[in-house]
Amino acid sequence: MKHFFQKLSGGFYMFVESVKMSVSNILQNKMRSFLTVLGILIGVMAVIALVTTISGVSTSISDSFLSMGAGSMTLTVTGTELKTGLTDEDMEKIAQLEHVNGVCPSISLNSTVTVEDVSDSFTVSGKNDYFFVHTPNAVARGRAISRLDTDSQNRVCLISQDLVESHFYGVDPLGKTLYLDNRDFTVVGIIQEDEDVSIATILTGTPDLYIPHSTALKMTGAASVNSLTIYIDDIENSEAVEGELETLLDPLFNYEDDVYSINSMESIGDTMEEMLGMMSMLLAGIASIALLVGGIGIMNMMLTSVTERTVEIGLKKAIGAEPGQIQLQFLIESFLLSIAGGLAGIVLGILLSAALCNVMGITFTLSYGAIALGVGFSAAVGIIFGWSPARKASRLSPIDALRRM
Amino acid sequence: MNQDISNVFFSMKDIVKQYQMGEEVSTVLNNVNLSIQEGEYLSVLGPSGSGKSTLMNIIGCLDLPTSGEYILHGQRVNDLGEKELSRIRSREIGFIFQNSQMLPLLDAQKNVELPLIYAGVRPKERRERAQEMLRHVGLADRMHHYPNQLSGGQQQRVAIARALVTRPTLLLADEPTGALDQKMGRQIMELFQELSDNGHTIIMITHDLNIAKHARRVVHIIDGELSEGEAVNP
Repeated sequence: MKHFFQKLSGGFYMFVESVKMSVSNILQNKMRSFLTVLGILIGVMAVIALVTTISGVSTSISDSFLSMGAGSMTLTVTGTELKTGLTDEDMEKIAQLEHVNGVCPSISLNSTVTVEDVSDSFTVSGKNDYFFVHTPNAVARGRAISRLDTDSQNRVCLISQDLVESHFYGVDPLGKTLYLDNRDFTVVGIIQEDEDVSIATILTGTPDLYIPHSTALKMTGAASVNSLTIYIDDIENSEAVEGELETLLDPLFNYEDDVYSINSMESIGDTMEEMLGMMSMLLAGIASIALLVGGIGIMNMMLTSVTERTVEIGLKKAIGAEPGQIQLQFLIESFLLSIAGGLAGIVLGILLSAALCNVMGITFTLSYGAIALGVGFSAAVGIIFGWSPARKASRLSPIDALRRM
Repeated sequence: MNQDISNVFFSMKDIVKQYQMGEEVSTVLNNVNLSIQEGEYLSVLGPSGSGKSTLMNIIGCLDLPTSGEYILHGQRVNDLGEKELSRIRSREIGFIFQNSQMLPLLDAQKNVELPLIYAGVRPKERRERAQEMLRHVGLADRMHHYPNQLSGGQQQRVAIARALVTRPTLLLADEPTGALDQKMGRQIMELFQELSDNGHTIIMITHDLNIAKHARRVVHIIDGELSEGEAVNP
């Protein structure tokens, strides 16, 4: 037992001295070591910067997804020749499904807005009262569209800040009249310009005007609706609702394929995350090539070093160094080179990523996983690429080495 | 058998060393027989190409003979692996080379500590032993000098201190004065004499009869064959 501990502590002292000798060897060739370290540094920096930035982007996207009416899905109907869209009756049925709080049709049109002889084309979206219930931030001033408006196809509208500035400059638009494709509408509210909008608006963009959907339908002359936002009680239930919708809609459309599509927040989020994940893998893969090149640089330097230090190796062997001790010495050296590059690369990569996030306006989050990845990568590169030169050194015959003296 | 071996200090019996050179086999050592008592001071004298370096490599456990038996300090060396050979070198043998070969990045004391580092000796003990050895070879005031700050003779003294610091059974010197001028060479020879007087076993390999004469016993090696010479320094 005592012998074992002696051996262990002896190995430790030898290790400490090997580290010291490695450091002075590395410092001996400052320029060469620096260039070798630079190879690893660039590789690790690239990997860290990419991984951290992409994870920042991904976090910021999923955060904004969560903030905007998480519990909604959209139903888009292309329809068949027999049935081109959803009727009021269909929408009523959907609204009564389990977990569904309400539905809101979206009717998009481009219309000419005329106020006191000034005309321009604007995007108009027909909505019902549910939309405003579930998007409380949609109205900046005035009132939302009510059940009464949709039921009686009232000609009322909410207008965007842009429209206020271009057509109602210097006047309070509330209560004023504007002409939408030559029909008179009363302005009842101003639309809030906000990032916190619903899935329906993120897919189509915020329109310039909101009018009751029934009024919009009447204007287009269509009898049915092709786009519907479904508000559900919890995002967790989106799959269940999807199932219910399929059971309800398939018979309506005679079980034909590709006549409607359902997009839940969840599925869009999943797709986005999947895409980002793939992109991050791809970019990290490309960055790893830099790391590979760095590793080759280390190997090259170590091989040169072994050749240069043949006499030193022979001498050390002659005075009793075991092959393993020689190998350890060179492994420590390549490990130190690589880990130095790795640590510097992590620091620079994080700084780079923080700068990138700042430019893109997303929140930078320090990823411990990325740091661990950087440390692990560079350590592995140092050991893997240092292994063969170290092995070569340990196998040098002391006689051949000493003959060069 | 073991009993027989352990009583023998150093013996070489019918040592043959051959190298394959393409198709031809060249015999560098031919049936070398040599035995030494503990505390003996021996020099191996021979011209270059006589096989004396090969002999030194085998004595120093840097190389193995093609055939024959080599016993050092009671241990049969012939069929040991590289790891065991390095253990024997570490424990039994102190090398002194023609060019002292200090490691340039280490100071005198660290150079002397080196064999103890590989032997796994504690730092404190290591330092003390290295300093003691450097004092012993007259370099008390040069402990922290680097090789480029030392003269050839001083470097050779460091090498001697490094060879002695492990308390080896055998001190093996290859042309220890080869790179030195006469005055320094004489000083080194005086140091060898002193070591021999203190009971160290020394084998010195040289091509120079004047140097070889310092030893108590001289053997000649010519074309790989060893012959006993006359005692010159009784």
